[in-house]
Amino acid sequence: MNLPQVEQDDPGGHISHGVNTALLGMLLFIGSEVMFFAGLFGAYFNTRAAAQAMGQPWPPEGLQDVIEPTLVPITATVILVLSSVVMQWGVWRIRKGDRTGMNRALLLTLIMGIVFLSLQVYDYLTLVTEDGFGINSGIYGSLFYTMTGFHGAHVFGGVVGITVVLLRGLTGQFSAKHHIAVEAVSVYWHFVDIVWIGLFFTLYFLK
Amino acid sequence: MATTTLAPRATTYRGRAWIYEWLTTTDHKKIGAMYITTAFLFFLLGGIFALVIRSELAVPGVQFVDPETYNQLFTIHGTTMIFLFVMPMMTGLANYIVPLQVGSADMAFPRINALSFWMVPFGGLLLFSGYAVGGAANAGWTGYAPLSEQGGAGIDLWIASLVLLGMSSVLGAINFIATIFKMRAPGMTLMRMPMFVWNTLVTSVLLLFSIPVVTSGLMMLFIDRNYGAGFFDPSQGGNPILWQHVFWFFGHPEVYILILPAFGIVTEIVPVFSRKPLFGYKAFVLATAAIGALGFTVWAHHMFTTGAVYLPFFSFFTFLIAVPTGIKFFNWLGTMWRGKLSIKSPMLFSLGFIALFLIGGLDGAFLAVVPFDFHVQDTYWVVSHLHYVLVAGAVFGIFAGLFYWFPKITGRMLDERLAVWQFWLLFIGTNLAFFPMHLLGLDGMIRRIVDYAANPGWTELNFLSTIGAFMIAISVVPFLWNVFITLRKPRTAPDDPWDAYTLEWATTSPPPSYNFDALPPVRSERPLFDLKHRADGAHAAAVPALASTTQGESTPGEPPALPESTEAHATDAEAGTSEPGGEGKSK
Repeated sequence: MNLPQVEQDDPGGHISHGVNTALLGMLLFIGSEVMFFAGLFGAYFNTRAAAQAMGQPWPPEGLQDVIEPTLVPITATVILVLSSVVMQWGVWRIRKGDRTGMNRALLLTLIMGIVFLSLQVYDYLTLVTEDGFGINSGIYGSLFYTMTGFHGAHVFGGVVGITVVLLRGLTGQFSAKHHIAVEAVSVYWHFVDIVWIGLFFTLYFLK
Repeated sequence: MATTTLAPRATTYRGRAWIYEWLTTTDHKKIGAMYITTAFLFFLLGGIFALVIRSELAVPGVQFVDPETYNQLFTIHGTTMIFLFVMPMMTGLANYIVPLQVGSADMAFPRINALSFWMVPFGGLLLFSGYAVGGAANAGWTGYAPLSEQGGAGIDLWIASLVLLGMSSVLGAINFIATIFKMRAPGMTLMRMPMFVWNTLVTSVLLLFSIPVVTSGLMMLFIDRNYGAGFFDPSQGGNPILWQHVFWFFGHPEVYILILPAFGIVTEIVPVFSRKPLFGYKAFVLATAAIGALGFTVWAHHMFTTGAVYLPFFSFFTFLIAVPTGIKFFNWLGTMWRGKLSIKSPMLFSLGFIALFLIGGLDGAFLAVVPFDFHVQDTYWVVSHLHYVLVAGAVFGIFAGLFYWFPKITGRMLDERLAVWQFWLLFIGTNLAFFPMHLLGLDGMIRRIVDYAANPGWTELNFLSTIGAFMIAISVVPFLWNVFITLRKPRTAPDDPWDAYTLEWATTSPPPSYNFDALPPVRSERPLFDLKHRADGAHAAAVPALASTTQGESTPGEPPALPESTEAHATDAEAGTSEPGGEGKSK
């Protein structure tokens, strides 16, 4: 082989510095997810602006005080925000090589995620049975359930992801150097958390 | 060296059944070939639908299909051609070529790559299964609400199909971006990337940020149709215009998603067949990025007549897109200027592309003029414009790319004489089919209607258009025959048949599963040109020399370090020679 070999010890030609490839994939995926929720937020503000432009009240007549920041949604929000902190704690543990600490943090995050979902289901049931507020209660119900429902689906996806990395952690995988899956799941979990903060302030306070 | 186990798979690998190998492959080249084949089959299917449409419109009156069938025909024709032909075809070519052009062994995420591919045939199955449940989707490829809120299960299947194909595209886009940013060969800075890679990168960014928006809209539509929500239903406080916003926020970037890869293909071909470097590399990169960025600012020019959008803003930005597009035309013309042109089949189709895309592009600038747009909204002018950019643009670009890379993919050269026949049939057919539509549109003929009035001149123009459509169909015959006879011949294509510039020609035709034994140094955007014309006098034959060593892959004395080996990852951190970000040093 008389081909000039400029990089003898770099046979793959991969670019190894900068963000890890798998993490980059996750960040790009989150970028696409941001645009998905941007579509839903866009629908919300478009509908809200159209109603206000026609001089109609928003939320629509009769639904003014259905969605209120009561105990259940506030509790759920606090739990989800705190779970992000716990998740990050787990990432910091494994960066130091403390797998047991990471497993504990992942387990706690998992439980908090499941509690959030349970509270969401409880909230939905209360709204449907006591207020008669469903997805077919006009555009307001459509928006509320679609936006929070897709967010809940993403929380569920995060719960599945956390379960997978927890099981892998329990079987002794991950180390201070090799734990990219934990990093990726944690970034996703933070994303889900931030979307919820946006949804919470939009749907419960700004309206 | 005998102790090294860099390639243990070579000894333990057992041959698998042919079908199992293709069903489970994660090789970007096999996946690329499957994408291309699948897309071509959908091209034929969508083409048959187009022929039925044109036959119906040949003369006034309702002859062959009833209005409801006609509505399904143009809906499925449009959806198939865009989502199941052009997009998978471009993804397929990029899948095969981009890892080779950046000098990588595979895509960044090979298994996700396989997943992306297999979503395509299932997406097609969902779309066409509408015919099995009492009628396919019939609301047009744009699926405007409130029309799409009515109708049968065909529309639900259309929604499911588009969501699945959208996911496929998003995952593909992530894969391409990660591949291009992380897997480039040492020395290949961003400003030394081949232009097809640049265009794939910008296309992928557009896909990543536009597809999820239409997915959210499709979800809303699905929830409206099935769970009683009212996003697009004014009686519930919803707004049908909202659909147009979410659809076109995707739909306009989508236009560039369809055409940018074709720009990339043509920009690979024109310099090679002009024997010159690309004129204005940096300007071309900036123009591509500008088209991508501006693509997100013009969606409402599809909605001028709704009265719900701010006309001056969207009109201005639509005109602005003509600037980077015009720059590209200067790049191509400047590259050919005083070049040593050789009109082989890839160049022939590229020239056809440049000539005809100009017409499609100018049509677009017309539509940016608000009063003119009001006049031709929903007329055949629009049909003419979009077919001039998609058939005269994307299809010519695709055939140029297929002729250019066919020897690399199959190891065989397509017949040039049949290519010339195909080109002229396609060129004349395209103009005959779509130019009369300009005149019909100006005259007020509305699109998406099964019948039309026998106004003076309309019958003749429509009949011409139908003849053109059949000429396009006939032009596919020489191509299919060409592929058929070529695949029966032995593999005689050289590794670098066009005397080209980029890395995909530095390996065998077809490449081995791991692509490269060794990469030439990348010191400019034309590494193979540098290699063939090195200052040390080692002229020519450099690439065939490389080929002769790669072909004897049985037991080379020194096993080449396989790029996929994990040891490579561990060591390349210390190499520090890849110097991306050193764009300034490229010259």
